[in-house]
Amino acid sequence: MSAADRPVATPKRPVYLNLFAIRQPIPAIVSILHRISGALLFLVGIPLILTGVQSSLASAERFAAFEAAWSSPIAKLVLLALVWSYLHHLLAGLRHLILDVHIGLDLKAARMSAALTLVLALVVTLAIGMRLW
Amino acid sequence: MVSPHVHVPVGAHYGWRDWLVQRVTAIVMLAYTALMIGLALWNGGFDYATWRSIFANGAFRVVSFLFMASLLWHAWVGVRNILMDYVKPAGARLLLECIVVAVLVAYLGWTISVLWGGA
Repeated sequence: MSAADRPVATPKRPVYLNLFAIRQPIPAIVSILHRISGALLFLVGIPLILTGVQSSLASAERFAAFEAAWSSPIAKLVLLALVWSYLHHLLAGLRHLILDVHIGLDLKAARMSAALTLVLALVVTLAIGMRLW
Repeated sequence: MVSPHVHVPVGAHYGWRDWLVQRVTAIVMLAYTALMIGLALWNGGFDYATWRSIFANGAFRVVSFLFMASLLWHAWVGVRNILMDYVKPAGARLLLECIVVAVLVAYLGWTISVLWGGA
């Protein structure tokens, strides 16, 4: 059925789903970052943890080599991205657990806790980044 | 006439179980994270000798295994949710899900070999 055949009563609704043009509320931003950080942890974090623990336990030389590998700026950036992913994912998850027991469900509190999650993860990552450099 | 109490005979009903798994595994990982931060603070960071001695402890290996198993199960629930949302063709989604399962099972094997395979 084409648009012209529709009954007159059906209003023609605008379809406007440009995600980059819609201003998202803070809980939505925290939510999509929860997903993105989770994907990063799966794709990069898990294999890195396993190689890291394996090589650092292998011998004193490989422990030293593993430490030295983090001296390059690119490696530091990767590490910081993962630190942020872990922190954001952990805090956003903790927020979910608290919401699950019906604490902070009203709009104002939910926005506050979302902002806190976003800011805290970034601030702690920044602090760790400043120590790394 | 339709009864309002009809049991819906569709769906695999794993949604609520996934919800619970995601929370239980999250709490296990939270506890392990707190333990690791505590150990790092207690030892003033990790040098090679301390790091080795921590992993030489049998109970710590078991707890570490519990963390990794939780992480991998948690990752499965999360990644499958992502695939269900964005990969619409059933064949492609099934293939990707199989790859993810294979990778996660391989990671579990790798975890065991790292924790108990060496000295």
